[in-house]
Amino acid sequence: MAQEEIDKAVSGEYKLGFEIDIEQDTVPPGLNEDTIRFISKKKNEPEWMTELRLEAFAKWQKMEEPHWAHVEYEPIDYQAISYYSAPKQAPESLDEVDPKILEAYKKLGIPLEEQKQLQGIAVDAVVDSVSVKTTFSEELKKHGIIFCSISEAIHDYPELIKKYMFSVVPMTDNFFAALNSAVFTDGTFVYIPKGVRCPMELSTYFRINALNTGQFERTLIVADEGSYVSYNEGCSAPMRDDSQLHAAVVELVAMKDAEIKYSTIQNWYPGDENGKGGIYNFVTKRGLCKGDNSKISWTQVETGSVITWKYPSCILQGDNSVGEFYSVAVTTLAQQADTGTKMIHLGKNTSSTIISKGISAMKGQNSYRGLVKMGAKATGARNFSECDSLLIGNECGAHTFPYLENKCAHAQVEHEATTTKISDEQLFYLRQRGINEEDAVSMIVHGFCKEVFAHLPMEYAVEARALLELTLEGSVG
Amino acid sequence: MSNMVEIKDLYASIGDKKILKGLNLDLEEGKVHVIMGPNGAGKSTLSKAIVGHYDIEVEKGDILYKGENIVDEEPEMRALKGIFMSFQNPVEVPGVNNAYFLRTAVNAKRKFEGKEELNAAEFLRKAKELAKELGMKPELLNRSLNEGFSGGEKKRNETLQMLMLEPDFIILDEIDSGLDVDALRSVSEGINKLKDGKRTFLIITHYSRILDYVGPDYVHVLKDGKIIKSGGPELVSKLEEEGYAALGES
Repeated sequence: MAQEEIDKAVSGEYKLGFEIDIEQDTVPPGLNEDTIRFISKKKNEPEWMTELRLEAFAKWQKMEEPHWAHVEYEPIDYQAISYYSAPKQAPESLDEVDPKILEAYKKLGIPLEEQKQLQGIAVDAVVDSVSVKTTFSEELKKHGIIFCSISEAIHDYPELIKKYMFSVVPMTDNFFAALNSAVFTDGTFVYIPKGVRCPMELSTYFRINALNTGQFERTLIVADEGSYVSYNEGCSAPMRDDSQLHAAVVELVAMKDAEIKYSTIQNWYPGDENGKGGIYNFVTKRGLCKGDNSKISWTQVETGSVITWKYPSCILQGDNSVGEFYSVAVTTLAQQADTGTKMIHLGKNTSSTIISKGISAMKGQNSYRGLVKMGAKATGARNFSECDSLLIGNECGAHTFPYLENKCAHAQVEHEATTTKISDEQLFYLRQRGINEEDAVSMIVHGFCKEVFAHLPMEYAVEARALLELTLEGSVG
Repeated sequence: MSNMVEIKDLYASIGDKKILKGLNLDLEEGKVHVIMGPNGAGKSTLSKAIVGHYDIEVEKGDILYKGENIVDEEPEMRALKGIFMSFQNPVEVPGVNNAYFLRTAVNAKRKFEGKEELNAAEFLRKAKELAKELGMKPELLNRSLNEGFSGGEKKRNETLQMLMLEPDFIILDEIDSGLDVDALRSVSEGINKLKDGKRTFLIITHYSRILDYVGPDYVHVLKDGKIIKSGGPELVSKLEEEGYAALGES
């Protein structure tokens, strides 16, 4: 076997790295006001949206890229990125979607033909800068549920967009959020009306396909009083030698007695064993528990990207509101992840739970960064945090950065952290019982993650397990 | 009678330390063999060499199992072919459910042997029944593998694995150390249950008390990295009376 093949065999080969061969409409690299006007025009946006974008751009230009995260990467040249790329011919119906795109989604395991779909999962498929297909929209409309691309929502539901977009993540929240606010291309909008329990899982699948483009999607989910929704996102990208930027923003709003469950399986291309190529994943995700007794739960399985900078957070404003964060982050090859959460307790008797599991293998570096903040009026608030790290091999690293700000004398905070290494003795024990080395590692890793996987919807839990196995394949020995 | 295991001129070391120095040993099929010897003689090294432990480097010699040299086989392959070792100090594996682990191991072996895999219900029925016979609390099956188990519980769990896996060649490395009389009796009963005239046992021990429960057929004395004497059960009492030194000269 050639050295190259051996290396490939031991590095958990990325199986989704194919490229879709379709005609793309792509703007030349570069970012200025004209680029933004171009994007806005391409999307046929109303003037107010163009103005908001330009305002964000002006503010972004005065901001500086943050470097406090425990990651190292080559400087990003924002002028070398193309900010808009779309498959040519925007489809009107499924019949018009390029068969090559349908084929590609099939390869990813996501059939878009509704009759073939998994029962009870509606999908919004986004390729590069545009949404190519949203399934089950009509069916959902019967319940008054809006599930469409954000571009459509800007046209069709301007009042909802004006009211809620930027309400949880202000356009100047941080450098990457500001950039996204200026150049966001597509993403998903969900609105669940009062008292409605969404009858199916909603899901968006993001795919970066074009070369040298960034992906800047924006997702907004509003759950009105007493409603419930479970939303899932997945993502992948082709294998490229150059790194690509992904800077998304997700905003969630839960009104009184509403619940949002948001699950992510992130599998962007992780780059090679020297950190070449791969997605730079700089994402701002935040949920606002606006009403009393509301609940937002984040579950994430992060296996891809060469750099991950991501802190899905909850602002617990309503009394008795609940925030949860369940995370498995895997770094192998030369991946670096700095991820965690912020739980901001403002209301009375609010509670939050943080369960973070970091797995590091090969040269992977995994950092947990979390903030628990108890506001002065958050009497009776409680937080429980558990951060566990698992090391496989001797070259990887795990780091924990917990921050706590407590302004309330009557709030309770608990933090637990452990670091363990898969020992040779454990592996040998399992092997002596006839279990091969790979299965032995995956058994220990699954055991480590199962608390988090338990919070994923069933189909996704199965996918997450399989993905984890694939990612860590060959990372031992 | 044929030999299940034949060890020929085995040299093995741990790091720079040479431990086995030209060891020869034949283990007759269907018999219970006991290895006794002073501390540091190489008893554990011998058992680890047979199962392919990563600490041991075999420099020279052959280990024939059912006529086949297994010195270069992966540990899991040796296990699948029927070699089982009960560990002196079983390691704790947090997060891995004991029953799930055991079922995976049992089914890996069944698959290797071309047998149908046991489903969860069949497996649990059998495992619970055997656990009960061993005097093992059934809830231990639902705990993480060996995590927080007492010494006796760990040894009973090793015995349960042995009974479930039904190996052909069983190495018991100090299975009797740290056991109270009750635990020793149930572990011994487990061993006796597997005696069928074909299975071969290698018991490594410091003490003679387990031998009161599991009658040995042969006793081998290991000293300075070699087998210096082999004989019948009468060797045990001789050793107890006269010590290893007396044998060294014979």
